[in-house]
Amino acid sequence: MSALAATFRPLESFAPKREYELLPLRFLRLDTGRYVLTNFAGEHVVITDGELRALVEHRLQPNEGISQTLEARHFLSRGGETTQMELLAAQYRTRQSRLPDFTALHLFVVTLRCDHSCQYCQVSRVSEDRQAFDMSTETADRAIDLMLQSPAPQLKVEFQGGESLLNFPLVRHIVLQSKAKAPGRDLQFVVATNLAMITDEMLDFFADHQVYLSTSLDGPALLHNENRPRPGRDSYERTIAGITRIRTRLGRDSVSALMTCTAESLAQPEAIIDEYVRQGFSDVFLRFISPYGFAVRSDKRIGYETDQFLEFYRRGLAHILELNYQGTPIREVYSSLVLRRMLTSFPTGYVDLQSPAGAGLSTIVYNYDGDVYASDEGRMLAEMGDDTFKMGNVHEDSWSDLFTNSRLLEMAHSGMTEGLPGCSDCAFQPYCGSDPVFHHATQGDFVGHRPSSHFCRRNMEVMRHLIRLLEDDPNAASILKGWIA
Amino acid sequence: MNLSAKIETSLGGEPFVALIEGSVGPFHAPERNRLVFATEGEHSSARVLVAHQGVIPIPPDLSYLGVGDIVRVNPVSKEIRVLYRRASRYNVLFFTERCNSRCLMCSQPPRDIDDGYLVEDILTSIPWMAKDTPELGISGGEPTLLHDRLIDVLSATKDYLPNTALHMLSNGRLFCYLRYAEKLAAVKHPDFMVGIPVYAATEERHDFVVQSQGAFEQTCRGILNLGRLGIRVEIRMVIHRETYRHLPEFARFVARNFPFVDQVVFMGLELMGFAKSNLEALWIDPTDYQNELEEAVLEITRSGIPASIYNHALCLLKPTLHSFARRSISDWKNIYMPECAPCELKEKCGGFFASSTVRYSPKLTPFLPETAQTNS
Repeated sequence: MSALAATFRPLESFAPKREYELLPLRFLRLDTGRYVLTNFAGEHVVITDGELRALVEHRLQPNEGISQTLEARHFLSRGGETTQMELLAAQYRTRQSRLPDFTALHLFVVTLRCDHSCQYCQVSRVSEDRQAFDMSTETADRAIDLMLQSPAPQLKVEFQGGESLLNFPLVRHIVLQSKAKAPGRDLQFVVATNLAMITDEMLDFFADHQVYLSTSLDGPALLHNENRPRPGRDSYERTIAGITRIRTRLGRDSVSALMTCTAESLAQPEAIIDEYVRQGFSDVFLRFISPYGFAVRSDKRIGYETDQFLEFYRRGLAHILELNYQGTPIREVYSSLVLRRMLTSFPTGYVDLQSPAGAGLSTIVYNYDGDVYASDEGRMLAEMGDDTFKMGNVHEDSWSDLFTNSRLLEMAHSGMTEGLPGCSDCAFQPYCGSDPVFHHATQGDFVGHRPSSHFCRRNMEVMRHLIRLLEDDPNAASILKGWIA
Repeated sequence: MNLSAKIETSLGGEPFVALIEGSVGPFHAPERNRLVFATEGEHSSARVLVAHQGVIPIPPDLSYLGVGDIVRVNPVSKEIRVLYRRASRYNVLFFTERCNSRCLMCSQPPRDIDDGYLVEDILTSIPWMAKDTPELGISGGEPTLLHDRLIDVLSATKDYLPNTALHMLSNGRLFCYLRYAEKLAAVKHPDFMVGIPVYAATEERHDFVVQSQGAFEQTCRGILNLGRLGIRVEIRMVIHRETYRHLPEFARFVARNFPFVDQVVFMGLELMGFAKSNLEALWIDPTDYQNELEEAVLEITRSGIPASIYNHALCLLKPTLHSFARRSISDWKNIYMPECAPCELKEKCGGFFASSTVRYSPKLTPFLPETAQTNS
């Protein structure tokens, strides 16, 4: 290389004179010979055993490529100033920027009634004619008032059931009332429904008020109808017909679908994903079944081990990547959430991947009877006789009672991975979350015991798998990185 | 286009800034700080500018001058310099030749001189500028070296030109002082953006490129302060032999640490000033950094930050990068080489700086009619 003109100083003369210092970091064995390093703002780097050793023993040479990378990503500092700490602090603030907004997702359980009798259903089924399990207008109005006191600039209202459309009049009431009481506020509405009983009247209303729909699609007809029995065994046919009608009336992106993975599903991730592609979805969420409600009770029959789920996930993800290589853009949602936490400074709104845990802080549930829960899983536990996660009742408690005088604070403390045993020194802490409801249900304790926690094992392995793909498989990496946008 | 020229005038006195106001009959004396067009003599069609004390012939290089333009006339050095062109979409307020950095590739090398009159001229000119001026640039040198005078200019543009977008090029170093950044923010200019160069993800390399120890730290803190105060920031990268290898790590650094910025701009080398003296050390054929550039652009855009590539001929860019390539709004930055003559895509091509004739890639491959369609 030719030299610079004589009046310019060479690169070396700008090298900081001091020896490098380590900035706060955590490390974790990725596989034989390699470690993942992370800092508290979630930047990561994969290095070899030897490099890690050299790093902590202050033997790295400044001109080695790895030193530059470690400095650029704030693992080591060569300057005397605190700029890197300021940059890290700014990243951390950005990651936590949703916290001051507080509860943004408000779930209204408008009825417990349902026409389906799914084995894994997370709440009690009741026959369709029992008005006792519908939310009343008075309860809904109180819940709306509470919701509107939330400081969140955007509020998302999700209607849950049972089958929420069995109480469509109340859905309509809540949409209209919320808008009337808070004109100009940014409100989004989503109806979770099996679509079996959707009518043109409902579609017209959803079109007029920009209401989105979220449905369940477990896979091909045979599997779906097996998982989701209803009279006539036509759940699949009704769901598909509903999806088509919604898209025609409301537009292509007005409906999304979620799958629940049962023991039956484990053997056929490819078929499930292909079904999503066939139905024109560009997202599929390979979702772990939660151990609540019927899912716990019938665990023996439909449950499965975490390792089996992980196998399902890896196979499914491989198939999804293959589809992408062949030109079908489809995204796995859980991976995309984890990747966003790994590869950007932006926050994610997903309750299971937050610290403090999202229950109550980013989500709140108004049950049909007016009881308020910190999460949907919390109300499912209550249906099984454990009301630990009940924060109060809309008719008895004010907004400040619910948020300052309930178990919420204890849950928030137990849901901050920064200080939890097993989490605080884990390299995946910045990406992960905690699930006080899950750990209470499975281990009898909000914090739980990480070495025997399915939640921990599942997330650790998903994250290891994604980091290996990012490191070792350039084709996969380029698809995966595209999912964070 | 030349912005200054020598004049043959008998005009005396101190240098002055003047607005060209219109045309009147011959030798009607306008008021101070005003110039008018006139035709010299009855038998000549040559236009002249009439000042309140005398006549200035219009040099051929400046024949484009029109009503609404602003010039600085220096009777001592017998020079006229154009400060503002009414017809231009983009005028630049040139603040100073001084700078606190000394970049390896600076196209307008700094000079340590007392040129404080420049900003005074700017403040005089702003009230005369057309209210529908779409955009003004602020450039130098380093404009923040003017300290409070920069704040005054910002306030003046806000008051007199409320619909004009303002884009400032600054190394951002002085914004590491929060109080100064706060002064800038306090103006509450409705449409203001600062373009700040970051040349690496690490201190040593950035400080080397700008030839100033401690610059990286100051610039990073400056960007954080501006972000904190809600001032819009654009990050600028100039690609050459000392920056291209680290483009992906640079992009990752920006996406992680400055996710709030409005855009990231990747630019080619303008072969003037220091870039010309350091040509052999800095020059790299654009085709030799396409992988690094592609990775960097994708990294930025995936993070939700818009990315643009300037001063790069389309035929030297990977097809995946074509949609990020932009044409410059300054005409001297969109010239074409003889090889480009048959090309069908010149209208979409970023082309070259006028100075690029010194050295450019031998790999230019004009898009001919049959290839143009697949690449457009």
